[in-house]
Amino acid sequence: MTKRFIPILLSLLAFLLGWDLLTRFSGIPNFILPSPLSVWTRFLKAMSDGSLPRHTAITLTEIVLGLIVGVLFATVVGYMLAKSRSLEKVLSPYLVASQAIPVIAIAPLLVIWLGDGILSKVVICALIVFFPVLVNTIVGVRAVPTALYDLMNSLHASRAQILWKVEAPASLPVFLGGLRIGATLSVIGAIVGELVDAESGLGFLLQLGDFQYDTPMVFVAVFTLIALALMLYGIVRMLENKFLKWQS
Amino acid sequence: MPHTSIFTIRNLSAVFQNDNGGLCALENISFDVKPREFVCVLGPSGSGKTTLLRILAGLIPPTSGSFTFGRGEEPSIGMVFQQATLMPWRTVTENIKLPLEVKKIDEAVARKKTKEMIELVGLTGFEDSLPRDLSGGMAQRVAIARALIHDPDLLLLDEPFASLDAMTRERMWTELSNIWQARQKTVIMVTHSINESLFLADRVLVLTQRPGKIKMDMEVDLPRPRKDEIRYTSRFGKLAKRLRGAIE
Ligand SMILES: Nc1ncnc2c1ncn2[C@@H]1O[C@H](COP(=O)(O)OP(=O)(O)OP(=O)(O)O)[C@@H](O)[C@H]1O
Ligand SMILES: [Mg+2]
Repeated sequence: MTKRFIPILLSLLAFLLGWDLLTRFSGIPNFILPSPLSVWTRFLKAMSDGSLPRHTAITLTEIVLGLIVGVLFATVVGYMLAKSRSLEKVLSPYLVASQAIPVIAIAPLLVIWLGDGILSKVVICALIVFFPVLVNTIVGVRAVPTALYDLMNSLHASRAQILWKVEAPASLPVFLGGLRIGATLSVIGAIVGELVDAESGLGFLLQLGDFQYDTPMVFVAVFTLIALALMLYGIVRMLENKFLKWQS
Repeated sequence: MPHTSIFTIRNLSAVFQNDNGGLCALENISFDVKPREFVCVLGPSGSGKTTLLRILAGLIPPTSGSFTFGRGEEPSIGMVFQQATLMPWRTVTENIKLPLEVKKIDEAVARKKTKEMIELVGLTGFEDSLPRDLSGGMAQRVAIARALIHDPDLLLLDEPFASLDAMTRERMWTELSNIWQARQKTVIMVTHSINESLFLADRVLVLTQRPGKIKMDMEVDLPRPRKDEIRYTSRFGKLAKRLRGAIE
């Protein structure tokens, strides 16, 4: 277990060392590339004055709500599309078209419509999460072996029993693969929304640091975002380890 | 005493749509099954044996014709498919228990019955194994246990013993014979083995090359219980010869 982390730790150390040496000897000014130490000092300050925890909490709330809404919709719509070819034929042009529009392009519109508060960010986040989860739900449900449907039908199982005893567990591996992508994208969704217009959140903090030439603050915000993305990814991996033991 | 039949099958035909007009798998199949009768179905590959079982299980509708069980009620069915058809995420115990879950049987009762079935098919020690860790024959025994556990009215078996070794197969013949005699079930079993059908059946139906029609309907008037030695009797030899003649 600990052995697995040694290479990661080493590469991290090498990265920090390289970064430190670069700032020391290249002559790049601190407001363009701050040193690791100044970022660390800025981090401690942002922690102690409470700004980092507060803005992180807001962004995390947007991400979690966006994920829940996006995944819920994607799962329900995905299941219906998987079950009905005709519904898929009607809806798929819209779905594909919606995917062709970059979220960044419609984010300002959503902020105009829904305000610069948390709601617009949740919606942007949900939109960006929706597609990968939708696609994987469809693929997962379609891939359920027909033999298992035969088995359940020979036992006169109800639709609900087929859903919970066959379709859900059989499509879970592919579904969780989609969730893994969606979880990482959700961070991007929230930040895109905050960068358009926001009074709070890590995106706001990032922009503030940018305006004030407080580059170490920008770095703190970026690293916090990376940490959030890694945490979400880790949670999905944990779910996979827990529920997909039968696969490996 | 006139035997009223429990299962009447009338003029069943099955045509599968394909590019050149349709493939006729079964043509005009009619037969009656008496209560508690053990019927074996023999026939060359592609003669529609699996299709017949799938129709009788209600998994696919016949193209034409009809079949009635009892006074028209839906029989409780135990089915063994040609492939074991286990749920890879469920352990041996959980796979065998499935029909009781579908029928919402009390959990404690279900546990106890499952344990009995595991002993019956000789899988003690593998209760918590996953299907991926079972041999083909073991997987098939799980499927057999699962088909019997809910004490169905009608057993539909599609070459259930094909992947077992000779020793286990003959033990399963005896077990199935005992279960059938004790529980008084109606059984329709597809097999490729003349020995197997003569050892188990009251009646053997032989299907023709595609499209499957009934070529022969033969009573097996061998005394029961049938022991291994019965194979060396002249009556057995005579029946085997008739079947062999019909199959070729
Ligand atoms: N769902 C289907 N769609 C199209 N054709 C089918 C389908 N199921 C079966 N068939 C065709 O019907 C014929 C009979 O198939 P079936 O599986 O019933 O044969 P079988 O007697 O069980 O053969 P085997 O002994 O090899 O298992 C075959 O030619 C097969 O290709
Ligand atoms: Mg078959």
